[in-house]
Amino acid sequence: MKLFRYFPVAFDSIAANKMRASLTMLGIIIGVAAVLTILGIGRGASESILGEVASQGTTRLTISPVTETEGEGAGSPVQTLTMGDVKALADPAFHPDVVEVVPQYAGNLQLVAGSNNSQVRVTGTTAAYADVLRLEMAEGRFLTEEEVTQMNNVIVIGTTVASDLFERTQVVGESVRISGEPYTVVGVLEESGNAGFGSNDESAFIPIGAAHGRVFNVPRYRGEYVVTSISADALSEERVEAAELQIEQTLRLRHGLNEEDDNDFSISTQASLLETIDTVTGTLTLLLSSIAAISLVVGGIGIMNIMLVSVTERTKEIGLRKALGAHTSDVLLQFLIESLVLTLLGGLIGIAISYGAALLVSRIPNFSFDLLIGVDAVLMAVGVSAGCGLVFGLYPAMRATQLDPIEALRYE
Amino acid sequence: MPGPSALIDMQEVTKVYQMGETKVLALDGVSLSIDEGEYVAIVGTSGSGKSTLMNIVGLLDRPTDGVYQIRGHSAGDLTGRQLADLRNREIGFVFQQFNLLARAPAWRQVELPLFYAGIARSASRQRALEALAQVGLADRADHKPEELSGGQQQRVAIARALVNRPGLLLADEPTGALDTRTGEEVMTLFEKLHAEGLTLIIITHDQEVADRARRVITMRDGAIISDTRGAAAAAASGGTNGLREPALAPLPRPAVMEQIGETIHEAV
Repeated sequence: MKLFRYFPVAFDSIAANKMRASLTMLGIIIGVAAVLTILGIGRGASESILGEVASQGTTRLTISPVTETEGEGAGSPVQTLTMGDVKALADPAFHPDVVEVVPQYAGNLQLVAGSNNSQVRVTGTTAAYADVLRLEMAEGRFLTEEEVTQMNNVIVIGTTVASDLFERTQVVGESVRISGEPYTVVGVLEESGNAGFGSNDESAFIPIGAAHGRVFNVPRYRGEYVVTSISADALSEERVEAAELQIEQTLRLRHGLNEEDDNDFSISTQASLLETIDTVTGTLTLLLSSIAAISLVVGGIGIMNIMLVSVTERTKEIGLRKALGAHTSDVLLQFLIESLVLTLLGGLIGIAISYGAALLVSRIPNFSFDLLIGVDAVLMAVGVSAGCGLVFGLYPAMRATQLDPIEALRYE
Repeated sequence: MPGPSALIDMQEVTKVYQMGETKVLALDGVSLSIDEGEYVAIVGTSGSGKSTLMNIVGLLDRPTDGVYQIRGHSAGDLTGRQLADLRNREIGFVFQQFNLLARAPAWRQVELPLFYAGIARSASRQRALEALAQVGLADRADHKPEELSGGQQQRVAIARALVNRPGLLLADEPTGALDTRTGEEVMTLFEKLHAEGLTLIIITHDQEVADRARRVITMRDGAIISDTRGAAAAAASGGTNGLREPALAPLPRPAVMEQIGETIHEAV
């Protein structure tokens, strides 16, 4: 194939001006390396967050009340989700795909131990909460069913709470006070780490009955205590949607909603959360890559500049080639392929650099995520750099073809 | 008169260059016929139009006016592509400054016209080596221009001009950048090639080079002022004559020019 025979010509010309060629390629190298590295960071971070979310269970559903849209209480949650709903949802006859139903009533409270105090998010819940939210214990245990039914004054706290109040984390058996009432610490949660997502380090958990009856001033709706949210577990990942439908049906019925009424609650699943995270990280990555892509354009203009210089410098050579029988298309292809080779080489070096960066990052201990550079991103980088070469090489190549062979031969 | 076998046939060829505001008449109604197998020298001072004539003969340039035919093809009717193909196959160019590509080995230089002719690399390398052997550089095929002497470089250029076996070799001051001895080598090579049937047109202002040709065409101010053939050219080299002298003399007065012009028109 004749086309391939332009490549040695291009390599010769590049090899003859190594310094200039490498400076020219620099723009493309930086551009490709920047885009690939940012894509890699985006993908790595996204995978890491998604993995963390998935580790908390992909079968979980969270039911929360919607917020009031009008009237005095606009912006605050509607007070229609109650313990009555929890009991109804726990009935396996109507909800065959729902295995656990856990109510929560949460609020911010001041915890006191000795002379220390700490503002903590206190959640009243049941024993199953630890299973549904996949909580790990560092010390002691979570609330037991017995403690929950008997509304004992027991509490489970996060590590930050423990160290704030006691300056240590082995505090099982110690006592903390909420509104003057003593609660015995029965467990300390495992530290969630620096990722922060869904961290329970600054939380405390007490039996739901205690929260409803003593700690908070909880309103009732149709005779039942209101809850701030309900967590439920579906039978399996495949049954999440079915579970969602069953819950929705029951709640609409219990809340007396007509067909034209909107839900006064919302059900979010881990799947929908994963989707949201994916969208957010995707948008961020796109934004950053577009900024990086600007350097690719700048690099491309650099290529065009140097190719124009190269055409002027090689006027005589072009004239000679025409005298020896080169067609216009031969000259065009020669210069196009030269710029293609330049940008492709730059692109490959850029890819190598971003892979080097990925390797380096993966060697950093305790770094929260790896740089993930996929084959698709690499193919894209190759395609974009080749495209740059063709687009920005076209004008100089056309200039070369327009040279008059006599003028070109006479050129000194 | 040009016969049907004429390789090159020009009728009243005029070339006008637009240099900014002014028009320069580079060729002023030149009529010329060269047959297959001729050995022609075109002489003249710089600015006499001999380079323009060579560019038109070599299909690097088109006449502003008049008819130029090469092997029966009228240059004015050909497309850029056809002109390129004719340059590639019918004409070999040799330049004063050799015009070799930097950094490429000799065989690659020679291969270039074959590449543009679309000949596969396997065959073209062989033919390039043969052409190099023809000019006595078989053992220099892998040498780059900077590793070759001036005479060797010009021989590489000649091999390149010959590799597509053209019928016509156009040489523009082929010995201009060479010393006497290597210039002599190159001329000997040219004459050998001519003896083998190649049509040779050499542009020169070196009288010694011109004297070796079978036919000498002298140009001045865009017109042919003399055209001597065979024995005449040979005889001219022996003694002084009025044909060659004007080429070396300073610019003539206009009256003389007119006179000469008439002479040529009569001759044609």
